[in-house]
Amino acid sequence: MGVEGIGARVVRKEDRRFITGQGRYVDDVKMVGMSYAHFIRSPHAHAKVKGIDSTEAMKMPGVIAVLTGQQIVDDKVGNLICGWAITSKDGSPMKMGAWPAMAPETVRFVGQAVAVVIAETKNQAKDAAEAVVVDYEELPAAADIKAAIKPGAPQLHPEAPGNIVYDWHLGDEAAVKDAFSKAANVVTLDLTNNRLVPNAMEPRAAVAHYDQAEEHYTLYTTSQNPHVARLVLSAFYNIAPEHKLRVIAPDVGGGFGSKIYIYPEEMVALWASKKVNRPVKWTGDRSEAFLTDAHGRDHVSKAEMAFDKDNKILGLRVKTHANFGAYMSLFSSAVPTYLYATLLSGQYVIPAIYAEVIGVYTNTTPVDAYRGAGRPEASYLIERMMETAARQLKVDPAELRKKNFITTFPYQTPVIMAYDIGDFHASIDAAMKAIDYAGFPARKAKAKADGKLRGIGLSCYIEACGIAPSKAVGSLGAGVGLWESAEIRVNPVGTIEVLTGSHSHGQGHETTFCQIIAERLGVPISQVSIVHGDTDKVQFGMGTYGSRSLAVGGTAIVKAMEKVEAKAKKIAAHALEASESDIVIENGEFKVTGTDKSIALPMVALAAYTAHNLPDGMEPGLKETAFYDPTNFTFPAGAYICELEVDPGTGKTSFVNFVAADDFGRLINPMIVEGQVHGGLAQGIGQALLEGAVYDDTGQLVTASFMDYTMPRADDLPSFQLSHTTTLCPGNPLGVKGCGEAGAIGASAAVINAITDAIGNNKLEMPATPDRVWHAIHG
Amino acid sequence: MYETNYHRASSVADAAATFAKGAESKFLAGGQTLLPVMKQRLAAPSDVIDLSKVQEMIGIEVSGDTVTIKAATPHYDVAQSDAVKKAIPALAKLASEIGDPAVRYRGTIGGSLANNDPAADYPAAVLALGAVVKTNKRSIAAEDFFKGLFSTALEDGEIITAVSFPVPAKAGYAKFPNPASRFALTGVFVAKTKSGDVRVAATGASQSGVMRVAPIEQALKANWAASALDSVTIPASGLLADIHGSADYRANLVKVMGQRAVTAAG
Ligand SMILES: Cc1cc2nc3c(=O)[nH]c(=O)nc-3n(C[C@H](O)[C@H](O)[C@H](O)COP(=O)(O)OP(=O)(O)OC[C@H]3O[C@@H](n4cnc5c(N)ncnc54)[C@H](O)[C@@H]3O)c2cc1C
Repeated sequence: MGVEGIGARVVRKEDRRFITGQGRYVDDVKMVGMSYAHFIRSPHAHAKVKGIDSTEAMKMPGVIAVLTGQQIVDDKVGNLICGWAITSKDGSPMKMGAWPAMAPETVRFVGQAVAVVIAETKNQAKDAAEAVVVDYEELPAAADIKAAIKPGAPQLHPEAPGNIVYDWHLGDEAAVKDAFSKAANVVTLDLTNNRLVPNAMEPRAAVAHYDQAEEHYTLYTTSQNPHVARLVLSAFYNIAPEHKLRVIAPDVGGGFGSKIYIYPEEMVALWASKKVNRPVKWTGDRSEAFLTDAHGRDHVSKAEMAFDKDNKILGLRVKTHANFGAYMSLFSSAVPTYLYATLLSGQYVIPAIYAEVIGVYTNTTPVDAYRGAGRPEASYLIERMMETAARQLKVDPAELRKKNFITTFPYQTPVIMAYDIGDFHASIDAAMKAIDYAGFPARKAKAKADGKLRGIGLSCYIEACGIAPSKAVGSLGAGVGLWESAEIRVNPVGTIEVLTGSHSHGQGHETTFCQIIAERLGVPISQVSIVHGDTDKVQFGMGTYGSRSLAVGGTAIVKAMEKVEAKAKKIAAHALEASESDIVIENGEFKVTGTDKSIALPMVALAAYTAHNLPDGMEPGLKETAFYDPTNFTFPAGAYICELEVDPGTGKTSFVNFVAADDFGRLINPMIVEGQVHGGLAQGIGQALLEGAVYDDTGQLVTASFMDYTMPRADDLPSFQLSHTTTLCPGNPLGVKGCGEAGAIGASAAVINAITDAIGNNKLEMPATPDRVWHAIHG
Repeated sequence: MYETNYHRASSVADAAATFAKGAESKFLAGGQTLLPVMKQRLAAPSDVIDLSKVQEMIGIEVSGDTVTIKAATPHYDVAQSDAVKKAIPALAKLASEIGDPAVRYRGTIGGSLANNDPAADYPAAVLALGAVVKTNKRSIAAEDFFKGLFSTALEDGEIITAVSFPVPAKAGYAKFPNPASRFALTGVFVAKTKSGDVRVAATGASQSGVMRVAPIEQALKANWAASALDSVTIPASGLLADIHGSADYRANLVKVMGQRAVTAAG
């Protein structure tokens, strides 16, 4: 490990600009002649739009245009797409209703846009929006899963009778039935996975510019995947052809999944920029973020697990209803299916699994992938189930887990996934040691004497990152490939630019990716820059989500590096009159082994560009591209243990300790990894204790601001104790697995298991607010 | 935000006169309530009259058995004041638990009382201590000041200039914060006056705003001890219920926070 190479805790290069307020976000972009968009949104959860009268608004100062959903339809702008086709168990394709960027006829959730005002200033656009008269005819709404699936429920889309998008299944139903018939014990659990609002610090924004001379569009947008945005905007939304559209996602202030999707507002801004022939800016405010950023989770499940007389698991049966909201967002269909049910084996040998997932429309904001996407739901279910089982079977929860751990790899689960490697015993042992598991009963007794209820909860998660390979996901219905690309440009003076299709919106790529280069070439990271987020600069890319940037994007960088190295070695060998196989790279020098002959990288690069003395037949230049498609997912796993106290008088929870033992494979920058784990744990704990999006019966979002939606604050969280156990991922040359989501995946179950342990009542839903915990204690 | 005319008042009289001239005037103190509401276009004052620089409205005075906090004094100053900490430590503690540092640097006692948010902290202290709200026109007893949710005895254009708190023999405040907003989900202020009377007020709990809690007052009159409340039951009827706390949960909090306030009071 060099000081800046793999494994070094290098301070993040990007932080200087962020900390000094010099980050450049979409809202910082200003253009000559820029106008401002303000959307007119439905106050109703379900209504017919009978008319939109903008006569008065058009007379107001500064108003350039009022554009409506009907105009979007008339201009043949495509409906929003869902990129993963799921087939129901009866063989029928999923049943989807149309989602136009602005509603021409019917609104189906509070906050859905019906029209947009474009004006000279933001305030003028807002003033005029108040003068637009929208005539709504209110319709009855179905605000949650239960209301949407009951007979006679209001229907959202004629295409989806009963509000059912699909009724999908995975696994072997007969084998599970057989397993249960042989069971010595059966454990059942009903649980809800609460709905979450992503709340990235930076709200979504777009600046769109149409250049009439070139018939060319530019869109600055808050995206995790600008190339995917360009592809979708051109191929499906018909707004601009790909070669006439540049999408730039500059500094982006957090995504958590919510900025994967190409939303109506960004589409409309781009479309409107041509219509009004002016650059158009839209920056969402926090209220719009609450109402229109895709929400996360929202499952209602019933789970049953069968055990033999030795407490070995025989089978698992799960039935889940997943709430999709009013429309099918870009990746929504895949989240409760291929990203959820495929992880239901957890860390355990479960010979038979059967999962049924019913996707449901409701009159709420669309729901899609959110940090963890499907895996937190699976992990929460399995890990609460294991804890529940241990209590019912009267065995130690750690022992029950250990008894059922998978110990040989590769391991083929009954639900598609083939785990490549792991060491679950190592993780749980590390976590138990860190928290002094054996000493817990004494600590509990002492707390009791002080009037506090103390509990301990485990969660042994496994997840799947770097969703792949393209061929496999294609066969399961994905509309895109899931590879990544990289280009390495060694400039004539030896500085290096790495163009990556990954997108950094908080992950620290500008540092981590440089460390990979520093490790291989021995150059300081100050000589390397990472270029991302601009479709005019970067060849192509699938973006950043699902903890894929390092395992997939980083590997593409390594592959491109290998090509650069191979060519550079040829040039060096030629210059040093040595054999290519004798050339080694050390500290930025190409050396002939066993001699003192060497040539520095800048000289090799210069030789490549002057081309005065290259080997015969070699093309000039030193720049290579690689596209990398992985062979499998990666499988980060770990064990989390939470120890906490509950105040029986108020139901308030206080953390005593939280330990995390993760296996992410090789760590490139342990400091950045810790940051990712801290953030993930905060979100997992937030889901368990604090966060929950609540709608009333009429479909109004009750938690539409921070006054009612509890975002985790620093003082809500414990000081985390992190450690790592390592099995290197065999599937990629870096041996890395991904660390971006683990915390959010594993934390929730540990917290709830600890609270239910403390209070001696297993009936507790997330978020476990003081009110709920108090009621669980006192009835 | 809608456009508005901003005026910085130089004195209480100047503020009152400027207020009278505007079509729909509003006083601005710390702006911690008014400005967010204006930004969301939920309030549209024609004129905003800033009280925060009116010198005669800023400061804390202790004389004899009275602590007077002038209306435009920010929460931070009250929390930090040695005089308040000495005379009524529970009041300094209450101020130190309002919002976050940014809110405490700007938000004022006058603004908090004029706004009378049912979950605000100060009203509990004002009612339990039997304080007097001084305005540019009169003195209003705590009992007569609070008129339910977000409503007070203040007339249009009337300015709170100060609040006078009688120094109690003992007092304590215990707040259970709303997990999201950190206002009081329920906060209970207990006070034993120098004449031996006991007054207890709860905020955040009732559908009609800050309230006296008779069952707790009676129990504490008989025995000033947290354990005296063990057998007290607070009826849930008339209490607030929302996603953060049901009425029976709040009823429990009134009692439990009451006990903790007594413990804090010593
Ligand atoms: C994030 C946040 C958290 C908060 N948490 C808490 C909390 O935990 N507990 C709590 O109690 N409060 C809390 N608050 C509210 C805070 O205490 C404010 O100080 C209070 O709401 C209003 O005071 P202000 O000085 O900011 O008044 P402003 O917002 O300026 O004014 C509020 C109202 O009072 C009127 N007004 C102001 N001064 C006078 C006066 N002297 N005479 C007559 N009318 C007047 C104004 O016209 C306006 O109608 C919080 C606020 C925020 C933003």
